[in-house]
Amino acid sequence: MKAIIILSALGLATMFVGVYNFKKALLPMILLGLLAVIGINTMEWNTNIHYYNDMLYFDNWAVSFTNLILAVSILVFLLSGQYFKKNTDHLEDNYSIIIFTIIGAILMVSYSNLAMLFIGIETLSISLYILAGSKKTSLASNEASLKYFLMGSFATGFLLFGIVLLYGASGTFHLHGIKDYVIENHASLPTIFYVGILLMMVGLAFKISIVPFHFWTADVYEGSPTLITAFMATVVKIAGFAAFLRLFFTCFSSITEHFVPILCILAVLTMFLGNITAVYQNNFKRMLAFSSISHAGYMLLAIIALKESSFIAILLYTAAYSVATITAFAVLLMIKAAHQENDSIDTFNGLAKRSPFMAFTLTIAMLSLAGIPITGGFFAKYYLFANTISAGYTWLVVLAVFNSAIGVYYYFKVIIAAYFKEGSEEKLSIFPAYQLVLIITAIATLLLGILPGLITEMM
Amino acid sequence: MTEIPLQHILFLSTALFFIGVYGFFTRKNMITMLMSVELILNSVNINFIAFNKYLFADKLDGIFFTIFIIVIAAAEAAVAIAIIINLYRSHKSIDVDETNEMKY
Repeated sequence: MKAIIILSALGLATMFVGVYNFKKALLPMILLGLLAVIGINTMEWNTNIHYYNDMLYFDNWAVSFTNLILAVSILVFLLSGQYFKKNTDHLEDNYSIIIFTIIGAILMVSYSNLAMLFIGIETLSISLYILAGSKKTSLASNEASLKYFLMGSFATGFLLFGIVLLYGASGTFHLHGIKDYVIENHASLPTIFYVGILLMMVGLAFKISIVPFHFWTADVYEGSPTLITAFMATVVKIAGFAAFLRLFFTCFSSITEHFVPILCILAVLTMFLGNITAVYQNNFKRMLAFSSISHAGYMLLAIIALKESSFIAILLYTAAYSVATITAFAVLLMIKAAHQENDSIDTFNGLAKRSPFMAFTLTIAMLSLAGIPITGGFFAKYYLFANTISAGYTWLVVLAVFNSAIGVYYYFKVIIAAYFKEGSEEKLSIFPAYQLVLIITAIATLLLGILPGLITEMM
Repeated sequence: MTEIPLQHILFLSTALFFIGVYGFFTRKNMITMLMSVELILNSVNINFIAFNKYLFADKLDGIFFTIFIIVIAAAEAAVAIAIIINLYRSHKSIDVDETNEMKY
């Protein structure tokens, strides 16, 4: 909770620092602020406090998801210093909007009232519409912003209609109130309640790009400024899945038979469509967009299992996925900074000769995304699949493993480009901030793979 | 005077919702699409007020939620208009079919 207040103050302060022309002080201030917020947030561990008339509930899951979001945001901010160097006109606006986006994400992982879920999603989305279009002169950026806005607001309409139907049936917005209502009227729930669940599912599925509500993803990821894409691909996924799981685990875990079949179909479609389309992509950002769709499919398995351990599965998976994705985007940004305005996979050709360090970290990230052992991605997948099998959905896991095998193909395409293809011979120098980010993410990926107990036993 | 039954109001709001969805899918003008989205949000507002008045009149939950929706819809419209103006500057048109920089 204190995290939200401090971040709001930080966002406002960022705007004013920009007005008074201390642009050099912006980034250090934000980074220190975020680190302080992580510290303060961690102190709420095990306190389980209900805030504001039970609008927000900071249990351990909320605290850990908040910390994950903040940690990923720090990595994005570290990358941003160099990224905005050429264009500092609206630096403070960009920064403060990113901070407000983080607030939206934190609301989404800690809500205990549907009103807060709605406000969290909208704070996150409206900020992201602006950020997606923040490269004002670029046609692609404008278009990405428009597509994201149209799809996002349409999805909001569905989400709201779902909320209103749940309200009409149960008369409350509190998650625990809805849970009690479901348990009391287990046998005779009205039809509008089921329609409400379905519509909320559609609204949330749009946000986390589940097939068939995924069609905006590739265009928006490709068109947005690369840094914002990195932010979008990580923070929005973490917040979206945490919100999805929180809602369904708290409210509907006693009536799973009514929506789990639908989620199973969506998961299978998402995994296959995401992976198969990713194989045919030549643009690296588009490939990562489809890979993010397929990862959403895997993570949906945790929601299908719907147990207490699903939270750990989602936490581990989003952590491993975010860290690897940030690495991939950092390497792409670094290559693009060397005057190559091109996102195609060919830009990685000969990377091993140009910068062995970057090729190495990129390889770790790709192995982690593909789920190869000793990286974080492997353990996260293992935990997720084991969790799903223990809930009795073995056939889904078989399909998921088959899909992971398809995934290996396109992730290795990048590694092969980096190590075995001939490209430009010019050496790449690497900015210190990027080097720091790459070292942190590589260590984090390996640590998650070798010592996953750090997270699983803490819970 | 007899009171209007709840069903009639729900018919109205559901009809508005689907008019919004229909408009969103068939219109190509961005302003009209924005209007369709607003229709969807307003149909939700009507629903909230109706449920609150007819079913749960002892608390004002639904009405409060409506205020949240109105505020957020205003913010959303402001951002949308900014995006549309920015797009008009580069494309000289607000037809969504013209925005096709990126293709599969």
